[in-house]
Amino acid sequence: MPAGINAIDFYYLLPEIVLTAGALAVLVADVLLPRGSRALAWITVAVLGATLASLLPFADTDVEVANGLIAVDRFALFFKVVFLVSAIMTVLMSVRYLEIEEVSPGEYFFLVLCATLGMMIMAGGIDLITSFIGLETMAVSFYILTGFIKPNQRSNEAAVKYFLLGAFSLGILLYGMSLLYGLSGSTNLHVMASVFAGQARDPLLVLAVILVVSGMAFKIAAVPFHMWAPDVYEGAPTPITAFLSVGSKAAAFAMILRIFVEGLPSMTSDWQLLFEALAIVTMTVGNVAALTQSNLKRMLAYSSIAHAGYLLIGVVAGTPLGVSAMLIYLLIYTFMQLGAFTVIVMMRRADVVGDELKDFSGLHVRHPVAAFAMLLFMLSLGGIPPTAGFMGKFWLFRAAIESGYVGLAVVGVLNSAVSLYYYLRLVVFMYLKKETTGSEPTASPALALTLAVAVAATLVLGVYPRVLFEVAEKSAQTLGLGGAAAP
Amino acid sequence: MSFPVLSSLIALPIVGALLLLVVRDGDRHEEVIRRIALVVSGLVFAETLLLWAEFDAASAEFQFVERYAWIPSFGISYAVGVDGISLFLIALTGVLTPLALLSSWESVHTRTRAFCMFVLLLESAMIGVFVSLDLFLFYVFWDAMLIPMYFLIGIWGYERRVYAAIKFMLYTMAGSVLMLLAIVGLAWLHYGATGRYSFDVLEMYALTVPTNLQFWFFLAFALAFAIKVPLVPFHTWLPDAHVEAPTAGSVILAGVLLKMGTYGLVRFAFPLFPMAATFFAPYLATLAVVGIIYGALVAMVQPDLKKLVAYSSVSHLGFVVLGIAAMNTQGLQGAVYQMLNHGVSTGGLFLIVGMLSDRRHTRAIADFGGLKAVTPRLVAVFLIVTLSSIGLPGLNGFVGEFLILLGAFTWDPRFAVCAATGVILSAVYMLWMFQRVNYGPVTDEKTAALADLQPREWAVLVPIVVLVVLMGVAPNLFLRPIEPSVQRIVDRLQEAAPAAIQARDHVFIP
Repeated sequence: MPAGINAIDFYYLLPEIVLTAGALAVLVADVLLPRGSRALAWITVAVLGATLASLLPFADTDVEVANGLIAVDRFALFFKVVFLVSAIMTVLMSVRYLEIEEVSPGEYFFLVLCATLGMMIMAGGIDLITSFIGLETMAVSFYILTGFIKPNQRSNEAAVKYFLLGAFSLGILLYGMSLLYGLSGSTNLHVMASVFAGQARDPLLVLAVILVVSGMAFKIAAVPFHMWAPDVYEGAPTPITAFLSVGSKAAAFAMILRIFVEGLPSMTSDWQLLFEALAIVTMTVGNVAALTQSNLKRMLAYSSIAHAGYLLIGVVAGTPLGVSAMLIYLLIYTFMQLGAFTVIVMMRRADVVGDELKDFSGLHVRHPVAAFAMLLFMLSLGGIPPTAGFMGKFWLFRAAIESGYVGLAVVGVLNSAVSLYYYLRLVVFMYLKKETTGSEPTASPALALTLAVAVAATLVLGVYPRVLFEVAEKSAQTLGLGGAAAP
Repeated sequence: MSFPVLSSLIALPIVGALLLLVVRDGDRHEEVIRRIALVVSGLVFAETLLLWAEFDAASAEFQFVERYAWIPSFGISYAVGVDGISLFLIALTGVLTPLALLSSWESVHTRTRAFCMFVLLLESAMIGVFVSLDLFLFYVFWDAMLIPMYFLIGIWGYERRVYAAIKFMLYTMAGSVLMLLAIVGLAWLHYGATGRYSFDVLEMYALTVPTNLQFWFFLAFALAFAIKVPLVPFHTWLPDAHVEAPTAGSVILAGVLLKMGTYGLVRFAFPLFPMAATFFAPYLATLAVVGIIYGALVAMVQPDLKKLVAYSSVSHLGFVVLGIAAMNTQGLQGAVYQMLNHGVSTGGLFLIVGMLSDRRHTRAIADFGGLKAVTPRLVAVFLIVTLSSIGLPGLNGFVGEFLILLGAFTWDPRFAVCAATGVILSAVYMLWMFQRVNYGPVTDEKTAALADLQPREWAVLVPIVVLVVLMGVAPNLFLRPIEPSVQRIVDRLQEAAPAAIQARDHVFIP
């Protein structure tokens, strides 16, 4: 299929164009603004907000543009909203953090925008090349962002580790992709699907599937490709850790669904088996490892590994219901995970890192609001009603049961019972311990706003999830159909 | 549309808790905070009495039903209603909550506002559990109830409170998550049968669940409930939680929370899966009888008053499960009645033990002795509640145990005989405890200086004593509204019995 872009394609790529232009504007503004100005952060938020607004005309669009390189459909739209919301929250929680770390924010915000752009392309990509470019854009931005606090040794270590392992995994992914291209003669997922449809089972194809699964498993930090996650999460600047654990993971899941559901439906039984095994191992290892952590960022790293396992249930189910459950959980996860990280950022002071569990001792005395918010996020991550996390998990397990994966659902629920132990451990520190020697949280308007949004979403989606469920169901339906070509 | 009584019962404590948020925390406002909480819980109690007055005792149907769509795409609705079984459990919740609040008047001085809020939120969730007609809604309340209880134990408890709180939470969660999967499975089955998802328990009653699935679903439900009851061998969380919880926590835990397990068996596990229930009933009954005797024997040797009462709960709840497993009218009726009795008697015992430990700062039986001479009024009430717990004729405990034993005897005399030894044992450990605490010479000079009942404590104990006597001499006041609802469940179980016996050989034992 010849690649080429018509004028009308630019219209459909409007959000991406807005974001790119905005990113460049941020770079320029950094030079023009006086040093230490907070305006840059608000410009970044404005850019992200404008991008969000530019998604509006595409609320009901379902087309393939640029000669089948990228899809503009509700599935991509849902993910784009997740990315943009999490990027906005990341930027808001970064403002103070960067001042405390004494880092110049210019390239930082630019890179956050670039990473977001990469994610958006990943969600829309229905061609291996497009997806890969999106993935690279995101990954490279994150490599730099992880090591952004240059004087900090752990930040540097994290960046190097992430870069080396990331590059290696991308190699594996590319190898798998090249096999797919070699076997089908196309990089377009829909073409690929129709080529493979009538074919007999090819061992090379199985190898390709295994390679692509491995490469993507690295991105979602699924066990056994998770080794990088705890170190990177702990070393990276806290807002970046938050963004990494939410945005990057969501984008990788979008790409997984695109590649496997749209591109390789003929191999469903093979990749389902692989993902099922990954899901079981990931949930269990993530939760068990989290049990003994004393550093909150590390604990949340393992918890986020476990959550990748839960999310994989949606992939395994493979049905529209499974996909919609995954979308729902991703959005909910965005709010509760980012909310938890917001509180950690609040704990960061010039002299205290504030991410050890003991820093949270007696938090309810010093800052009842922050403690309550954290309690809510922990309950939600643990899946206790009436929080959003419960609704999300419920939907995932429902999808598993209706697709016949009862065993997977049983492993999932037992894991979520186990996970309560470590989420409650933080609650023990915050509320139950008598000593109140932890560190003092500080708030800023930006942080307060982030926290308020996260708390509201966690509560509202827990009590009234109906609208989200319906939107997610609609969005999931556009996956795998292959929309009409753009006029 | 009529006034949404049940929703208002759920909402009122939540509103009260939110109202407390407005009041500033701190010692100066402590009195105001307590009063607000007490008034709110008093209003809830008044409303439960109204509910009872309006309740049509002759009907087996659910009354005061409210239904609103919640997540319509999956057939989940907000559906609440009461029948004779849940009516009194709600009333029991209504009585015990203000008493629990009153009992903590002197003993809780730290973070009073949070304490009162948690008690109120707990009350709301407990009422929610009893009125839910939608399985999903039921599960939400069932789980949500854990959070306030976790804090009540964990913040205001005794030395090992953190351990006890976490153990309580994890045990309950581990049991209930599988029930959630079974609930989803049921909805899925309903979809397969009718083309429409539903979580409504009444529609589920109409559903015929395949025999092999009944087996698994029943196990999932029964595990959740067995942990809550608790049945031996799932009971190990209970002594820890009870001993470490503050008095108010113990009262609510013993009085209401444990009943959720037995209520779940009566409302869901048995009528939803009648064949599996028939199959598993003897096993459940065996565990129940083991619990009756084991709980009694362990209670006998406890040096700690609270632990003794905790283990006596294991024993008494065994009776309830035995009555349910008998699956006949007397047994089930006795079981429901015994749930109420146990709530009142054991709640009362925990209140009295709390008063003693507030005074003496110890719960060890050996530290007491000769209380009768020092605090005669307290001991008099203590005696009445003790006798009620033993099951003395004329007091409430007798009626329930008698009905249960009757029901068990008509079903299988062996269980009744074994369980009857539990009645004797309970007299042994309770009376022996009573003797060591209250009679004999005063062994400790600190005991000699104890004050007798205060007016506030009278206010706590008088309702208990009144209920103990009332339920003992006029059981029909309570049994009559319970009967039609119980009969309906028994009919349903009997209907399935022949098929169950037939299926037993074919499906369950391959």
